[in-house]
Amino acid sequence: MIELNTHMITADKLTKQFGDFTAVDQISFDVSKGEIFGFLGANGAGKTTAMRMLCGLSLPTSGKASVNGFDVNTETEKIKRSIGYMSQKFSLYEDLTVRENMRFYGGIYGMTIPQIKLKTQYILEHLHLEKEKDTLVGSLPLGWKQKLSFSVAIFHDPSIVFLDEPTGGVDPITRREFWEMIYEAAHKGTTIFVTTHYMDEAEYCNRVCIMVDGRIEAMDTPANLKKQYESAHMEDVFLKLARKATRIAD
Amino acid sequence: MKTLRFLLEKEFRQIFRDPAILRMMFIMPVIQLVVLPMAANYEVKNVKLSVVDHDHSSYSRNLVNKIKSSGYFILTGYSSSFDAALKQVEVDQADIVLEIPADFEKTIVRENKAGLFLAVNAINGVKAGIGSQYLNTIIRDYNQEIRLQWIQMPRFNNEPRIQTTSSNWFNVHMNYQKFMVPGILVILLTMVGAFLTSLNIVKEKEIGTIEQINVTPVRKVHFILGKLIPFWIMGQIILTIGLTIGRLVYGIIPEGNIGLIYLFSSVYLLAVLGLGLLVSTFVQTQQQAMLISFFFMMIFILMGGLYTSIDSMPAWAQMITRFNPVSYFIDVMRMVVLKGSRLKDILPHMGIMAIFALVLNSWAVFSYKKRS
Repeated sequence: MIELNTHMITADKLTKQFGDFTAVDQISFDVSKGEIFGFLGANGAGKTTAMRMLCGLSLPTSGKASVNGFDVNTETEKIKRSIGYMSQKFSLYEDLTVRENMRFYGGIYGMTIPQIKLKTQYILEHLHLEKEKDTLVGSLPLGWKQKLSFSVAIFHDPSIVFLDEPTGGVDPITRREFWEMIYEAAHKGTTIFVTTHYMDEAEYCNRVCIMVDGRIEAMDTPANLKKQYESAHMEDVFLKLARKATRIAD
Repeated sequence: MKTLRFLLEKEFRQIFRDPAILRMMFIMPVIQLVVLPMAANYEVKNVKLSVVDHDHSSYSRNLVNKIKSSGYFILTGYSSSFDAALKQVEVDQADIVLEIPADFEKTIVRENKAGLFLAVNAINGVKAGIGSQYLNTIIRDYNQEIRLQWIQMPRFNNEPRIQTTSSNWFNVHMNYQKFMVPGILVILLTMVGAFLTSLNIVKEKEIGTIEQINVTPVRKVHFILGKLIPFWIMGQIILTIGLTIGRLVYGIIPEGNIGLIYLFSSVYLLAVLGLGLLVSTFVQTQQQAMLISFFFMMIFILMGGLYTSIDSMPAWAQMITRFNPVSYFIDVMRMVVLKGSRLKDILPHMGIMAIFALVLNSWAVFSYKKRS
């Protein structure tokens, strides 16, 4: 359920510079509650940097932004309580078991032991991982790891979850399942902020924003964008926009 | 507080699940403590001596026999030309050449004095210095014997003499192991403390889990405590293993209260763990962490007063050792183990170590950033 009047994320001319390199150049947007907001762009377009600023991992050079009503410049620790984050790198502990990882992340978000147990049971059933609950995470296949990662990112029921290229290197079937999980979370009211460069995934988003060289080139629903750029697929829209890039991808 | 509990739980799980860390923590100290003190011995033995005897008299033979029987020298050559002996030095078959002149016996008998010549291979400075000292002592002794044989001592000796007798306090038999074991234990503790903490945190940086932690509301003090406490406990366990080995293998029983060693190590570990933490905030990869820790360890070990005496260093080097935590612990270890020092004797050292711990840890907390 998208509540258009409730803005969970707002960015106003948010900018990040590394020396004289402007990674993110004055981006402005709003994300509503329950929305699946896709952040598209070539490698090096500035997607991850923008996301890191919103999560409180990176300090903006200028501009304003708020997440769940808290200022990213001054109230990052409050932001962190209400968000989930899944980074590009797999970041569960490979030398801990499935259950131990959930216990750890639940614990440091301040959940109680009974809450953790209940939630763990729910996720294990949901992901059909009951048999693997005591398996070290390192020995699970990649697709499972990514699904588990997502489950851990929303373990503490955050109101917003940031996903940074969550399906990189994952097979199409698992990707499909992954997106079903995203839909389910969004349906429950979680706001999803996701970066990707799979254009079929862009179609799944309620709204997408295409970044080129640190700036937002286009932002609308996938249907409107396709109409505007006279393309049958998001892929063509993306190519038309991304070819304008002058920055060398990393 | 609850957060800390989950952090500690996770750290301990990971430590006990990693066989490499466990090996490093327990087998390494055992091997080092069993092997190193046996090998590291300052007593110089087996000095290779080449004698050039131009005299071939009974006196010269007696002298050589006396030297041989001291047990410190191995006679590797007995030649009649100095050049031949020097060749031996060149090919490393001799450390010292003793040249006995042609009229050695005659001159002693006739003139009541004689000269000898020592040529010392000073490539190995310690061996050369101590070896020639031994040799000088033996020759002086021999001199004494001859004098006794030859001249009836007058009732009142017309030549005044001062004889020194020394006794070694606190380590009566100059037992090197008693001297080395506590020192090596300190170095082990330092290595485990500084190396393992920095590697542990940098590993989280490398695999990316630290970013996941940084995006949670975990306070950095909790995160750092979660890293410090497990390794602090490990350090105390290693200390216990070390002291036990010292007792079982070397029979070293501290003269002073063993509790003082633990008291000092509890502050000391905080300081070295703080150093490890600090290193980890400045580097990005485990390789960098290793190299920096190695740099510090080299200085700590060589300027810690274990293998080299701090008192004989130049003034500027002595200044540097004041900033070396290892030197304080080695000092305390020796005070407590050998001398039986009490709490008030080690308090100044404790105070300095507390300052080390405070400065290093605050610096580490300050430079650990959850946000870039």
